[in-house]
Amino acid sequence: MSATAPEPTAVQTAPALELRDLEVAYRVRGVWREVLRGVTLSIARNEAYGLVGESGCGKSTAAFAALRYLPRNGRVMSGSILVDGEDLLSMNESQVRQLRVSKVSMVYQNPTAALNPSIRIGDQVAEVYALADGGSDGSDERAREMLSKVQIADPASVMRRYPHQLSGGMNQRVVIAMALATNPSLLILDEPTTGLDATVEGEVLDLIKTLREEFETSLLFITHNLGVMAKMCERMGVLYAGRLVEEGPVADVFDRPSHPYTVGLLRCIPRGGVRKDKETLDTIPGFLPQLGADLPACVFADRCGLAEDICRQQEPPFHRVSEGHCSRCHFYDRAHTLPRTTGAPPVLGESARQEPVLQARGVQKTFHQEGHAIHALNDVEFALKEGETLGLVGESGSGKTTLARLLIGLSPPDEGSVVELDGAQLAPTVSKRERDQVRALQIVFQNPDSALNRRFSIHRILGRALTMLTGQRGEEREEHLRQLAHSVRFDVRLIGARPAQLSGGLKQRVAIARAFAGDPRIVVCDEPTSALDVSVQAAILNLLVELQAKQKVAYLFISHDLGVVRYLSDRIAVLYLGRLMELGPADQVFESPQHPYTEALASAVPTAEGTERERIRLVGEIPSAASPPSGCVFHTRCPRYIGDVCKTEEPELKEVEPGHFWRCHYSAEQLRELQKTPPKPRV
Amino acid sequence: MTRFIAKRLGLGLITLWLLSVLVFFGTQVLPGDVARRILGPFASPSAVTALNKQLGTDKSVFVQYLNWITGLFHGDLGTSVATRTSVSSIVFPALWHSAKLAILAFIIVVPLGILGGVLAALYEGRFRDRLISVGGLSATTVPEFVWSVVFILVFALWLGILPSTATAPPGSGFLTQIEYLVLPALCLVFVLFGYIARMARAGTIESLEADYTRTAVIKGLPYRTVVRRHVLRNSLLPTIAVVATQAGYLIGGLVAIELVFNYQGIGQVLYRAAIQKDFPVLQSAVLIVGVVYLVATLLADLAYSLLNPRIRFESSS
Amino acid sequence: MSSFGEPIGSSVTAADSPAVAEPTVGPGPDEAKVIRREHLALLLRSKTFIAGALILGFWIVCAIFGNLIAPDDPLRTNPVAALQAPSSAHLFGTDTLGRDVLSRVLVGARDILIVAPLATLLATAMGTLLGLVTGYFRGFVDDSLGRLIDAILAVPVVIVGLLSMVALGPSTVTVIFVIAVVFTPVIARTVRAAVLSEVQYEYVAAARLRNERAPYILFGEILPNVMGPVLVEFTVRLGYAIFTIATLSFLGFGIQPPAPDWGLQIYQHYGLISGGYWWPVLFPALAIASLVIGVNLLSDGISQAFER
Repeated sequence: MSATAPEPTAVQTAPALELRDLEVAYRVRGVWREVLRGVTLSIARNEAYGLVGESGCGKSTAAFAALRYLPRNGRVMSGSILVDGEDLLSMNESQVRQLRVSKVSMVYQNPTAALNPSIRIGDQVAEVYALADGGSDGSDERAREMLSKVQIADPASVMRRYPHQLSGGMNQRVVIAMALATNPSLLILDEPTTGLDATVEGEVLDLIKTLREEFETSLLFITHNLGVMAKMCERMGVLYAGRLVEEGPVADVFDRPSHPYTVGLLRCIPRGGVRKDKETLDTIPGFLPQLGADLPACVFADRCGLAEDICRQQEPPFHRVSEGHCSRCHFYDRAHTLPRTTGAPPVLGESARQEPVLQARGVQKTFHQEGHAIHALNDVEFALKEGETLGLVGESGSGKTTLARLLIGLSPPDEGSVVELDGAQLAPTVSKRERDQVRALQIVFQNPDSALNRRFSIHRILGRALTMLTGQRGEEREEHLRQLAHSVRFDVRLIGARPAQLSGGLKQRVAIARAFAGDPRIVVCDEPTSALDVSVQAAILNLLVELQAKQKVAYLFISHDLGVVRYLSDRIAVLYLGRLMELGPADQVFESPQHPYTEALASAVPTAEGTERERIRLVGEIPSAASPPSGCVFHTRCPRYIGDVCKTEEPELKEVEPGHFWRCHYSAEQLRELQKTPPKPRV
Repeated sequence: MTRFIAKRLGLGLITLWLLSVLVFFGTQVLPGDVARRILGPFASPSAVTALNKQLGTDKSVFVQYLNWITGLFHGDLGTSVATRTSVSSIVFPALWHSAKLAILAFIIVVPLGILGGVLAALYEGRFRDRLISVGGLSATTVPEFVWSVVFILVFALWLGILPSTATAPPGSGFLTQIEYLVLPALCLVFVLFGYIARMARAGTIESLEADYTRTAVIKGLPYRTVVRRHVLRNSLLPTIAVVATQAGYLIGGLVAIELVFNYQGIGQVLYRAAIQKDFPVLQSAVLIVGVVYLVATLLADLAYSLLNPRIRFESSS
Repeated sequence: MSSFGEPIGSSVTAADSPAVAEPTVGPGPDEAKVIRREHLALLLRSKTFIAGALILGFWIVCAIFGNLIAPDDPLRTNPVAALQAPSSAHLFGTDTLGRDVLSRVLVGARDILIVAPLATLLATAMGTLLGLVTGYFRGFVDDSLGRLIDAILAVPVVIVGLLSMVALGPSTVTVIFVIAVVFTPVIARTVRAAVLSEVQYEYVAAARLRNERAPYILFGEILPNVMGPVLVEFTVRLGYAIFTIATLSFLGFGIQPPAPDWGLQIYQHYGLISGGYWWPVLFPALAIASLVIGVNLLSDGISQAFER
């Protein structure tokens, strides 16, 4: 990462974007609520500026304000927005339109929704040219050129298609093509890769990087992902509660965070291969403020371990930490001394029992859809020991959620699949399982809003689970309920609340408590933190580790976040198109030799260290599970493709090292040798 | 897409079969002794037996149903008990009369309803929207016969500018015929306007709030272009489907309207058959109404799928 | 625009980390009241709701106390004074039997205001049950019921009414039966759609994962979450029920003479319009219009308050 802060004197022209003391408010139920509280920032020409922050901090509002596109209830209260030196707020409608045509473009989340479902791709791209030139002469031709610039292999055929016929990654390329079509001076990217698969995300980020250089465009890059930020940006700003609390060159900020919030954020994420038995994740106490809440002079004071009286009385100025690096903290010089909120990791003893609690062999699942058989899972096998965490990673279509639902008995596996609990075969559906089996095998779902009945109080949700799983009633149950709440650190005084009154993290605690109501032996965690902010995620991960240490529960932990999986897991399984590609101890899976797919997957994920290894490019898209490739299902994209053997022969899952399995024709020695150098890109 | 259409067609046929069973049970099984029902309590037992024999209602239920259905397949809708003429000679001319009325109403109400709904959506929450929404809702919820008598009172009786019946004198020209049909058509327009406007409004609002509309605005397209090219294209699709389902509803409304305006349409035929307990006419007329409804929804599905690329090109993945 | 509105909710965000004390939330049961009060406040701010409630209220009062308010006995015939135009003696004139039209209009809501809610309630109960079952179990039951519903929907309500009246003979009970039969599938369809989206939520899966039986999941877990749509559907159908009953009465198949029902009054007198006798028709017509518009304004207000 090259941190080249712009030389103010060298810049002759105006910055690409300048926000001066910008205040934006939304009117909610008749009250104006502040979203941006005086944000000042400036993005130089050719600069990539990242804006990071958790939900509700106002980062998207800042982005849309730069296009003067606020929701109906939003209004700029004061301050100014300058694009290329022109004052956006004093423009009339048609000037704003002209600006959107020629100078500022935007790309945001969920590309498939961003494209019009009933207009052909080609027409949607060509429209931009027609608009810019006034006429449509040659706009089709230029659209085709632009699509090939975003590395779409067959632009002519893509132009004739509709968005629903393309994958999410492909659609995002189209959106990027539209955004760059008129060579804007500023491109705003609002979480452009959130929701895309890891390997696709890597591709899209690389593409943005390349095009940015080619088009000499400034970037305003908005993300919650510090890894993406480190990869993409030169300078960054940290937003908290609508205020820019720290700003500086990315490398500087990461090396020497000078605001307690930034310090906390960086400590929250599992980095550098840290694992649950070595270190707890630090958390940020308190909770994200509500939109427009009344806050002390320093907006972070209520959650800050360094806060003193002055923080509540006097708004900290922007202190200069070093060249171009500023922090809005009275104690910026000792921000890094922020005390940790969590103690030493709990002791995770090895289990004495060697025989697995859960054993799956030859697990198959076939869906039938409009006459097609879709093999969602194919010959999956693994074992789970007491108190162990098995991480499960894979991209969309890999079958990880299918596997979760199948284990807990929500959908039956195909005939002949073996799923054993303590050596006894489990019935295919939960309604046919014994009560003891049901309570032994529970799940924590991804989204607590969906998993908790919004009509019920927390008391009823947990109480009912206790009654059904343990048969307790009356005072005995009440006592147990209090213990349960306490064990997930849920304040008993909130027990009468309904889910909607609680924050996301608290709701997830309730969901975890429910899973633990019947003292389970195994808890399946299906992306339990991916709907949460990073500071909340850390607290939940700590809680899971704590519960595991106390109760010797085994986790099957599903996540797309490799950092999280690595932190929590003892062993890791990698799924691709319903097949187990690799299974082994966590550290071994992340180090060479590894399966070529795991190798590519791991290389695609940007890390917050910025010490990124060279990304391995995967060709093509993830094939459909309805028509998987012949032989090894990964052969169509494999960077270590051998030859015809991969096409014709599906490799067995073989033990390459003790406890380390993979499905590849290569042996451990061969791959160890090969992986010393990155693969050559396949054509 | 062929698959989609075939599926719809198959489902339509099943629905039609179910409908025939329902109608058959409603008219032939539930009333018990059919001939007694028709002739009344004072008819002689021999007359009842004779009529039952003539109608075929002395046979087993299954045989009766089979006979009716076989007849239908051969184009024989049966014979009217009241007029002793063939049912088809009664039903089809009436159907044509009703169609004229319905077509006129649709020509007026579809553009009007869509325009109203789109306008309401563009001014969502403001006065224009409330006016169209609440006004449309009110017009829709008042029964047709109320509109009919009110319109006759106002336009025919008090203002004297339009005829109070719907049937033009024999040999009238096209325009005169339309003049006679305006008032009854207006009743249908009033009742249908609210439905269509409401659907168009909902679809347009959804589309206005969609991400792709945001993309179009951010591209820098003029607002008019955004609405015309990006919003309406997606928002009016569901409206088309609704318009067609209203076809069946419309026929129900025709019963009252045709009665008030004394117009010899399918509604009038149904009503007379019900009053006179003319079961053969009633059965066949109801079934034909069902066919019309299903054909209309099928055409709507067809139009919908032709205009909607998501169905036209079934996703390959 | 939802994605960049930032979370704007009524919820009180409470502490997320155990380190923080002092929750901002009170104990639970009050919250139900708060939500209810919020709905109520929204309703009371809605002009359409208030207008609808006033109109409906007026007719309910008339239906209950009609005989006290009415200047004349609505059933007393007086052939000598038949078809008199509105005058100070009879503000709305008299009908063919010399009965006072004003009195008959004032009490004319009585039957329809009993029959329509009863029928709608019956249909709502059956439709909700059917919708819950078909939405939850899917499969064969759902498919076959779906077909049956389509078949019923293929015939306009009024024609089903005609058919049933012919088959069963006209009576108030038959009217209730007809409305219930016709509306049940429509309500079932709405409830089914609501249930289908509820079943996607994982609290249903969570219930199964503690071995709850289907009836508990249906009525204990899902039903409370679909009560909103059920209530809205009830009020909407109530409007349709009045519409349909009035139409059936107008066709002579609904409420039977000598009841002073509005539809029936129009049925008995619409043939006289061309003779200039407009008053026995116009006043009941306006009465029907005001009642149905009132009910629909009410239901529009309710659905807007609940769909926020």
